[in-house]
Amino acid sequence: MNDQELAATIREAAGSVFSLMLGLPLESGPEYRAEAGSEGYDGVIALVPMGGSWTGSGRIICGSRLACRISSAMLMAEHAAVNEEVLDAMGEMANMIIGNVKTAIEEKLGTMILGLPTVIYGRNYRARSSGVRDWLVTPFQCGDETLDVQFFLAPSPPRTETAGGRTAPLAVPVD
Amino acid sequence: MPMNVLIVDDSAAIRKILERVLRHAEFPLGEVHEAGDGREALSKLEAQEVGLVFSDINMPNMDGLELLASMKAHESWKHLPVIMVTTEGGQEKVMQAIQLGASGYIRKPFTAEQIKEKLAGIV
Repeated sequence: MNDQELAATIREAAGSVFSLMLGLPLESGPEYRAEAGSEGYDGVIALVPMGGSWTGSGRIICGSRLACRISSAMLMAEHAAVNEEVLDAMGEMANMIIGNVKTAIEEKLGTMILGLPTVIYGRNYRARSSGVRDWLVTPFQCGDETLDVQFFLAPSPPRTETAGGRTAPLAVPVD
Repeated sequence: MPMNVLIVDDSAAIRKILERVLRHAEFPLGEVHEAGDGREALSKLEAQEVGLVFSDINMPNMDGLELLASMKAHESWKHLPVIMVTTEGGQEKVMQAIQLGASGYIRKPFTAEQIKEKLAGIV
């Protein structure tokens, strides 16, 4: 699966979540590759790990204003500042967007398992995943605010096997 | 007769959305109970009379498929309809849920109409 195909899948998933759950406009820009943690972020980042035939992680990043707008639209309640409800809504946004991408790419890459989302809010923070050098970034515009969906995916390392090529149950001596 | 509903999801946002949809559906809604995972759901089922369950799949402590299996193995809960509401849209998970006895499967993101249609088919 190349970057264009993955970005197209991400656009479809994000567009569907924004239109069905939020009723907010979303325009996408051209995808690009970026080094992880090369810049400081302000706002909210929601990460969802994946494992299985391939290993990876997806994350959505936006400013606090858009995070509040997203949770206000999702919950039909006004959120002027980032609070527990906003963080929860952003975690669910990541879960839905990354989860739908995972389901779509499983057809080509094999079964994967989705982890639980983690959401971080702060100023001038850097986010780095161990061993990940660069991410596929698909940028979006929601009104005058930006939202990035970043994705990393690599084949899982082969499993360690016993000399016989398979594991065996532990033999328990019976008296 | 009003029906009590249990909504099981680790996201409070999804629990709120589902409750809102149910309140606006043509559905005889009684009390709405919430649980953040399968274990909490089993405790709620012990303590409350529930007529319908909505459950996510990916949750900490006990996931939705384990909850479904536990319910279907329990004499008092095995006939309760359970609708899975999840981002897990892969054929394998859908088949697993149906084989375990799920009454319906709704993929997130969902619309209010999808929830209402599923309700009409089940209740």
